[in-house]
Amino acid sequence: MLPIGHYLFLGLALFIIGVIGVVTRRNVIIVLMSIELILNAVNINLVAFSRLYGDVAGQVFALFIIADAAAEATVGLGIIIAFFRNRETVLADEMDLLKW
Amino acid sequence: MQAVTQGTIEFLKLYWAPLLCGVVIVAFLPLIVGYVVLVERKLMADMQARLGPMRVGPHGLLQPIADAVKLLIKEDIIPEDADKLVFWLAPVLSVGAALLSLAGIAIGPAFQIAKDINIGILFVVGVSAMGIFGIVLGGWASNSHYSLMGALRSAAQLVSYETAAGMALVSGLLFAGTLNITSIVEAQRQQGIWFGLLAPVAFFTYLVASIAETNRAPFDLPEAESELVAGYMTEFSGFRWSLYFLAEYTNMIVVASVATTLFLGGWLRPFPRTQWLNFLDFLPPLLMVAIGLYCLVRVPKQPARVQQFFMVAVAGLCFFLALVLAVPVLVPVVNPSLAAGVKPLYEGIHGSFWFLFKVSAYLYFFMWLRFTLPRYRFDQLMRLGWHFLIPLSIINVLVIGIAMIVGTYLHLEGWWLLLATLPASIIALLIALFILAAEQKSGQQQAGGAASDSYAG
Amino acid sequence: MLDKVIFYFFAGIAVASAVLTVTRRNAVHSAIFLITALLATAGIFLQLRAEFLFIVQIILYVGGIMVLFVFVIMLVNLDVAVRQIQFARQKWVALVISLALAAQVGLMFWSSGRMPGQGLPVLAAAPADKLPPNSEEVAKSLFSSYLLPFEIASVLLLVAMVGAVVMAKKRT
Repeated sequence: MLPIGHYLFLGLALFIIGVIGVVTRRNVIIVLMSIELILNAVNINLVAFSRLYGDVAGQVFALFIIADAAAEATVGLGIIIAFFRNRETVLADEMDLLKW
Repeated sequence: MQAVTQGTIEFLKLYWAPLLCGVVIVAFLPLIVGYVVLVERKLMADMQARLGPMRVGPHGLLQPIADAVKLLIKEDIIPEDADKLVFWLAPVLSVGAALLSLAGIAIGPAFQIAKDINIGILFVVGVSAMGIFGIVLGGWASNSHYSLMGALRSAAQLVSYETAAGMALVSGLLFAGTLNITSIVEAQRQQGIWFGLLAPVAFFTYLVASIAETNRAPFDLPEAESELVAGYMTEFSGFRWSLYFLAEYTNMIVVASVATTLFLGGWLRPFPRTQWLNFLDFLPPLLMVAIGLYCLVRVPKQPARVQQFFMVAVAGLCFFLALVLAVPVLVPVVNPSLAAGVKPLYEGIHGSFWFLFKVSAYLYFFMWLRFTLPRYRFDQLMRLGWHFLIPLSIINVLVIGIAMIVGTYLHLEGWWLLLATLPASIIALLIALFILAAEQKSGQQQAGGAASDSYAG
Repeated sequence: MLDKVIFYFFAGIAVASAVLTVTRRNAVHSAIFLITALLATAGIFLQLRAEFLFIVQIILYVGGIMVLFVFVIMLVNLDVAVRQIQFARQKWVALVISLALAAQVGLMFWSSGRMPGQGLPVLAAAPADKLPPNSEEVAKSLFSSYLLPFEIASVLLLVAMVGAVVMAKKRT
């Protein structure tokens, strides 16, 4: 069977890719998608440890994270729609109304 | 290297039977779907007092094959500004999801590709729900306004009706106490009553929501030809279009199977535990014999020799099926000592018969609705979903749960459970109707207020 | 052996499509690759014998959240955005963050290998005949030990729903 390190490395890779996406992309929708990637990476770690210790608590936490991701996505996309309606843009660095 | 070959052999040993079944289903499903379409056209013709397809083969029986050949040799058009990759991917996604979800469905206790999955029914529902991406992406990739409108409508419709369907499934699953498909049907055998009778409101909700989910009339807004040409599949032609078509009909079979499994007793015959109704086991062979005799009676009335021959062939097929169905019920009567040996045979043959019979009845109901009801408007559709079906299904889960608790305290089982669940279902229906009425009232007031405002302005 | 093959298969797909998710110019393509990454992760959950989470991932993440994403992407027409510069000037921040994270995890592996008898633990083999019923176990844990977090999560979802409706509503 596989050592836990495989799963940790996979989680790390997805996490880093997600972070890079969040920091570098200008399109807010893709930034939100990168956040989903990050949450997903966390889920992999949780489930892997849940399997390692034979305890379903990790899977329960992963469930909570999925619920959280749903909440985050709905609110985030709601904000994007509202913003697009006002400013006709989805680029993060053009959202500078409060910046002087 | 040896480990790899060993692993491959192990893999094949464990999985060759399901793989073979899967290949067979994927190979034969287009044919079955073609004949479902033919039945639909014949039914429509019957309801509109005409004949339907008659030219190709006796009674138009080769029409599906002709249609398939026509679709395959049509020109494959990809629009100039389309997103090629997504345009290619979308129909495949749609049909892939539909076919994959068939893997979880059990036709009889032994006939299931992915046997004994712990998450059974959720697998079927979840995987078939992924077909929506095929529709949405296909509509987007065609780069046409009609397609995009159809895709957006479809996304909105599926997301809102999926909630209602899921909640209805939860009400049914409360009785079963498991997600495994075999165990769900076994639970219905133990109770001796279908869950559709115990939770009629949930069954009704699922029925309506499943029509909306499969984009069938009267909820076929995504492909409403009078408004949107053909909705998301406007730009698709030939083989790609037929893939969408295949996906739609496969999805119909999938939702019908889910409803049959959870609400209509799966492969059980009606009243599975009532002893004095055991004569129902003789019904399937007698039905087949009756159909065969009817065909024989009609033979002299056929105009052409080919058609007469064909009718005789159909009668022969019916008699053969009747024989197959009769063996497992007649053997115990003749020789009771063989009853135990014939039992699995009975489960397999009669189980498949009842399951397919129920699925066809469900599909027939779909078609009947399609030829009877006019299409909804999109805002009516959304209002029906969000203001009626979703509250109804959520309230139903709540009251059915309460009814289950009451039932456990009073030791109600089987048919007696109806005493608790029927009042609960009626209460749920009344509350949902009350909510609908209240919302319509406030909506009218708002509309009236807005109208008077505009007059004042 | 089969476990290993399945893991590398799904892990490869997940990482490759994650990279494509953050690099594609067109948001719809990004969404498609994110769906692929999420499905591959669901496959990894299945390989870890978390069946219930596998189907929750497919129904909720892929069938719910991603449909919402695609819907919004089509609603806000992005023809203009596709032609603009895609990356902000924060490459160095990204590089530093990712290097720091990688170094942290690398340090963990290095130190775990150094300590005597404390190499990385290996996942136990699954029982050959029958697995424990996963969804039942998750449900027991969820509705006994984690009932309060469950209720809080439901409140969170309610708040998010109200928030989304308020945000997206047209001002009258």
